[in-house]
Amino acid sequence: MTETHSHQEGEHDHPKLGFWRKYVFSTDHKVIGIQYMVTAMAMAVIGGTLSLLMRLQLAWPDKTWPFLAKVFPLAFKGGHMAPDFYLSLVTMHGTIMVFFLFTAVLTGGFGNFLIPLQIGARDMAFPFLNALSYWIFLCSCIVIFSALLVQGGAPLGGWTAYAPLSALGEAAGPGQGTGMTLWISAIALFTASGLMGGLNYITTILTMRTKGLSMMRLPLTQWALLITAVLGLLAFPVLLAAAILLVFDRAGGTSFFIPGGIVMNNKLIEHTGGHPLLWQHLFWFFGHPEVYIVILPAMGIASDILSTFCRKPVFSYKMMVYSMLSIAVLSFVVWGHHMFVSGMSPFLGSVFTITTLLIAVPSAVKTFNWLGTVWGARIRFTAPALFSIGFVSLFVSGGLSGIFLGTSALDIQLQDTYFVVAHFHLVMAIAPLFAAYAGLYYWFPKMFGRMMSETAGKIHFWMSFIGVYCVFFPMHILGIGGQMRRIYDPMNYVFLQPQQPINVFISVSAFILASAQILFLVNFFVSIWAGKRVTENNPWEATTLEWETPCPTGHGNFGPELPVVHRWAFDYSVPGAAEDFVPQTAASVPAVKQV
Amino acid sequence: MAGIAQGQRRGSIIAPPSNYDGGGGQGESSNSFPISKKHLATWLLLTAVAMLFAGLSSAYIVLRGVPEWQNITMPRLVWANTLVLFASSVAIEFARASVRKNKTDGVKLWLSVSGILGLTFLVGQLAVWRQLVQAGVYLQTTLHSSFFYVLTGLHALHLAGGLIGLAVVLRKAFTNRLTADSHEPLQVWGMYWHFMDFVWIYCFLLLLLA
Repeated sequence: MTETHSHQEGEHDHPKLGFWRKYVFSTDHKVIGIQYMVTAMAMAVIGGTLSLLMRLQLAWPDKTWPFLAKVFPLAFKGGHMAPDFYLSLVTMHGTIMVFFLFTAVLTGGFGNFLIPLQIGARDMAFPFLNALSYWIFLCSCIVIFSALLVQGGAPLGGWTAYAPLSALGEAAGPGQGTGMTLWISAIALFTASGLMGGLNYITTILTMRTKGLSMMRLPLTQWALLITAVLGLLAFPVLLAAAILLVFDRAGGTSFFIPGGIVMNNKLIEHTGGHPLLWQHLFWFFGHPEVYIVILPAMGIASDILSTFCRKPVFSYKMMVYSMLSIAVLSFVVWGHHMFVSGMSPFLGSVFTITTLLIAVPSAVKTFNWLGTVWGARIRFTAPALFSIGFVSLFVSGGLSGIFLGTSALDIQLQDTYFVVAHFHLVMAIAPLFAAYAGLYYWFPKMFGRMMSETAGKIHFWMSFIGVYCVFFPMHILGIGGQMRRIYDPMNYVFLQPQQPINVFISVSAFILASAQILFLVNFFVSIWAGKRVTENNPWEATTLEWETPCPTGHGNFGPELPVVHRWAFDYSVPGAAEDFVPQTAASVPAVKQV
Repeated sequence: MAGIAQGQRRGSIIAPPSNYDGGGGQGESSNSFPISKKHLATWLLLTAVAMLFAGLSSAYIVLRGVPEWQNITMPRLVWANTLVLFASSVAIEFARASVRKNKTDGVKLWLSVSGILGLTFLVGQLAVWRQLVQAGVYLQTTLHSSFFYVLTGLHALHLAGGLIGLAVVLRKAFTNRLTADSHEPLQVWGMYWHFMDFVWIYCFLLLLLA
């Protein structure tokens, strides 16, 4: 976009900003949103590479890799992956994907980019705080990445950082020293950045909606982002509290999480009185809402995009909102289902089973509403539509195994097996990933004024859709067969050896799946400069406010006056209307011309 | 708006705007949300702070039950500090009363008093730490002492943040930018400070009822 153009569109007549202020140290919510997205993509490449290294080890544990020995001389001594390095891969893959990809891209990326655009505001409530939130997030990314580079390597205790392993420092393993310290610092920075973002999202959505845009007229994406921000505000401080106590255990000599009498690597640890399960309680009090922090924006984005490409109103809008609200409330009373094998009293286990299974109700309501939206529709099968449909499929596939795992009696059998790995990857990693892809394909023209290649998008979808099922579906079988999570070499166990061909199949599928993601990255970055130029405001014929602005949207978002909203966001295929969509700003519905 | 213009050009209303409930957002023109952006953001910040201390108190309650728990004797100075902090909250109310009557001198006076009392509290807490150290009670001595240092330390950090906020409000007061009609910074900061007063009394009770 040229400077003159943005001056015509924007309300503010700003002095011309230089490159750095405009694209790097910007306080414009759209730039910040894109910065979040691109940073998260870089983190995804790192996190994805780590998972491929894990798959390499799991499928071919006996093979030597001379090339990798050159790249990682310490981790691949003699061509074999060191067990410590495998554990650090597990930790870093989980941490990077949960925090620095999903939380960042869905709330940081889409939240920043979409909130002012979809509610008819010019920017966030506190633009400077918003920019600060991004820069702190970037710092946390650098800190977590540096954990891979320091002496001793990255932490080994998994993304859950269970105590007392995480509390003992280097006594518990090389990565538990500096690596773990960096992990805690990165999470603390991430929490601070998330808090600033959350304050902004809630304040902006509640106080800056344009005239006529009542809460029950908001697109579902906005509802989802609002609820997510509230969840983050309530959950992240508890993680921070736990992290603070952990820091004191590691560096201050306290014993919050370290019980007496621990012998680690033949050394008696001189602590007494702590409670390792306390960490688990605090962590999962945060951790379970965190999975909804990831999935709720994905639900909102997928709902809106499905409705647009089905050319139908979303089925039962109000129930969609209420079910998101009830999922959010329930998410705070289910954390114990991560701890069924922790020696919890069976009665308490039953209580957590019941609360957990209750979440199936609003989740099923949402699923049936998506089916109701798709039912009988003349779907426009574009890339964003395909990825939204894929989201629903993956959410159902992953959600159903959640009912098994939420039942304490069954979970005790399946705990810490690949069945769990399959479950949470499908439902809270791959499903949100598909929604994020849907969102990126869908709002790409609004961000850059060009389209991404549809053909490449469709190839990307089909390879990914088939790929993820090939990778994660067989993991259920591995898990029921007894393969444990975080296992370094399945061939060490006689009872797992017959399953090894499944591991090989998964790894081969994972590499094919990864190649499809490279296709996406190429499509994304090439399209920024070479995609088909978009000349109209509303290439998808959608109803929401962001499509009233030019592609790409200029500074200030809307023209001299803010739009006025006259209807909800889902007036598709209104009977008797001339076109099959009515924008939210239309005061009346134009009728079909009588011939 | 393009949509409206289009609708008028084509004419003929065939259906009322769906889902119209007469309500709506406020936008820039008429902000009718019951509280302002800054107030809302402060409330949200305080919610997060409350969750931080809630997380710590749940840890406290859990660890209170372990057999190794040993109480420490808190120095009596803590009681005096509590009174000082409470007094600084009271001073804010005098400052707010003054600003409502447009008495700028009163605002300056009471805000300064509140700040000095806040600083005194922080110095007092440091003195409490020194007394504990002299008595041989360190961070790692018992679980109770660990919590004492962590809770007082975190509270002090939040209060120190509040003092930075006070510096901003004081600057506005001394440049006469706080008036009866416009003194939101004072309101927001007062909210934060009162809340920190409350958090302290909560932490103190928690530590006292060990």
